[in-house]
Amino acid sequence: MPGENNNKNTGFDYDMSTDYVLQTTDLVKEFKGFTAVDNVSLNIERGSIHALIGPNGAGKTTVFNLLTKFLSPTSGRILYNGRDITAMKPASVARLGLIRSFQISAVFPHLTVLENVRIALQRKESNSFHFWRSEKVLEPLNEKALELLDQVGLREFAKTTTVDLSYGRKRALEIATTLALDPELMLLDEPTQGMGHEDVDVVAALIKKVSANRTILMVEHNLHVVSRLADRITVLQRGAVLTEGDYDTVSADPRVKEAYLGVAADEEEEGGEPVGASGEVEQQERATA
Amino acid sequence: MTMTKPRIALLVLLGLLAPLVIYPVFLMKVLCFALFACAFNLLLGFTGLLSFGHAAFLGTGGYVTGYLMINTGITPELGILCGTLAAGVVGAVYGKLAVKREGIYFAMVTLALAQLLFFVYLQAPFTGGEDGLQGVPRGFLFGLIDLTNNTYLYYVVYAIFLFGFWLVFRTVHSPFGQILKAIRENEPRAISLGYNVTQYKWVAFVISAALAGLAGSTKTLVFQLASLNDVHWHLSGEVVLMTLLGGMGTIAGPLVGAGVVVTIQNYLSGGELGNYVSIIMGVIFIICVLLFRNGIVGELQRLIKRNFG
Repeated sequence: MPGENNNKNTGFDYDMSTDYVLQTTDLVKEFKGFTAVDNVSLNIERGSIHALIGPNGAGKTTVFNLLTKFLSPTSGRILYNGRDITAMKPASVARLGLIRSFQISAVFPHLTVLENVRIALQRKESNSFHFWRSEKVLEPLNEKALELLDQVGLREFAKTTTVDLSYGRKRALEIATTLALDPELMLLDEPTQGMGHEDVDVVAALIKKVSANRTILMVEHNLHVVSRLADRITVLQRGAVLTEGDYDTVSADPRVKEAYLGVAADEEEEGGEPVGASGEVEQQERATA
Repeated sequence: MTMTKPRIALLVLLGLLAPLVIYPVFLMKVLCFALFACAFNLLLGFTGLLSFGHAAFLGTGGYVTGYLMINTGITPELGILCGTLAAGVVGAVYGKLAVKREGIYFAMVTLALAQLLFFVYLQAPFTGGEDGLQGVPRGFLFGLIDLTNNTYLYYVVYAIFLFGFWLVFRTVHSPFGQILKAIRENEPRAISLGYNVTQYKWVAFVISAALAGLAGSTKTLVFQLASLNDVHWHLSGEVVLMTLLGGMGTIAGPLVGAGVVVTIQNYLSGGELGNYVSIIMGVIFIICVLLFRNGIVGELQRLIKRNFG
C-alpha cells in the first residue's frame, strides 16, 4: 500500500489523504472553441500510483501536457507540492522533479543506451555548457548509469545504439532515463502502449518496482495493468472528470461501463491488444534490425 | 574509420606537404570553405538546426577584417580576431532571435536576418558597396612574417583551419556536445529532462557564427577582397550543399564536401562549361539528396561498418 510505503520512508505520521504532491483546480484547455480539458480538478496523493483512464479523445494526453507545461492552460491552477507552477516553463517544471514520459518512446535513438541515461544524469552536473572539455569528464557518471540500466535489465546493452533495441527495451530505457533524475512525480503516458503480452508484464512489474518512494501518475489503456497497479483511478470523458475512486469502485460504476469499458472491449476485439500489438512490435523490430 | 592518433598525424602531415604539389591559393580557398562548412555542420549536423543565413557571418568577418586591415594597419592576426569577434556578436544577436523558432521557421528567420544584413552592407559607406573592399593588405604576421608570400600564408591559414576543426571536434565530443546531440535526437525529451534547450541552441549558434566569421576573415586575407558575394544567400545555400554532399553530422564530411565543391567550381569555371556551373551543382545536389543522403563520408562509414564492422 502506498500510504505505508511513504510512512516508512519519510517517517511522517500524519493523515496521508491530505498530503497531495500535485493538485489542479478547474483546469481548462480550449483549442479554438473546442474544449479539450473541461474543469479538471485532480488530487494526486503522495506515494500513490494514480491512473488516468478514459476513451480515446477524452483529453488524457492534453492533461499530461498541461501538467508538464508543454501546453498552457486556458484557465485553472496547478499546484506542485503546494507551489503554483501554472506559469512555469517545461524545463523548469522538470527541474522541480516532475518528469514525464511520452506516448511514443522518448529515447535518443542514435546515441548509445549508456549515453541516454548519462544525459539525464548530466543534468545535475555543472558541466553541461562546457564545450571546451572532453566528454571524458562524464565518465565518472558511467557507474551510476550502469546501475540504473541494471535496474531495468539493460546492463548488457549499454554499448548498443538505442535505435537497435526492441520496442519494449526502449520503453525500459526510457524509464531508466527518467529514474536517473530521481523524480518525485513520474508521469507516464501509456507506458505499455503497442507492446506484446510479455513486454506488458515486464514493464508493469518495472513500474511497480520503481514506484517505491515516489508518486506515479499514468495514462493507461490496458485495464489489466491499471487494475494491477493503480491505487486510485480518475476516469475522463470528453475532457471532464466522470468519476474517481479505486478500481473496484470505478469498474462498478455504470456510467464508466457505458463510457469506457464498452469502448475498451471493442478495441480489444479490433486487435489493439494483445495479438495484433505484438505482431506490430515484431514488425517494427524487424524493420530496425 | 575511427580517428586514431597515427591517422590524424598522417592527415596533418599531408596538409603540411600539400602546397608542394598543389597551388597554395587554391588550397587556402578549400580550407576557408571547409572551415565555413564545419561551422555550419555544428548546427545542422549536431544540433539539428538548418541555418539558411550563414553567409551573414562569413561576410561580416570578411568586411570587418578587410576594413581594419585597410584603414588601421593592424597586424593580420588582430584583424582576423576582430572579424571573428564581430561575427560572434552578430551571431549572438541573430541567434537570440532565431533559436526560439523551430524547423522551417528557424531557416526562414535566419534567411530574413541575413538578407537584412546584405542590404546594410550594400548601402553602408565602409563596405564599398558593389565594388566591395579591394586590395586588402595581407600585412606582416605578428609584425614579422610577410604574408604576401603565398606559402607562408598557406601555413597560417592551415593553422587557423586546424584550430577551427579542432574546436568543432572538441565541441561535438564535449559534455555540451552530448546535450546538443540529445536536442537533435529528441527535443521534447531533452526538455522533459530539464534542459533549457534554447540556451544550448544559442551557445551552439554563437560558436558556429564565430567560426564562420573566422573563415570569412581568413578568406579576405587570402583573396585580399571582401565583397557582397560573401554575404549573398547563394553562399548560404552553397554551404548547405557542401555539408550534405560531404556528409552532415560527420566530423570530416564538410571538409570533403567543401573540397569537392570548390574543386568542381574551379575546374569548370575556367573551361567551356563555365556558364553551366550552377546547373551542374544543382544536378549534383539533386543526385546527392536522392541517392546518397548520408553524403560521401556518411556512405563510406556505412560501407565500412557493413563490410568490416
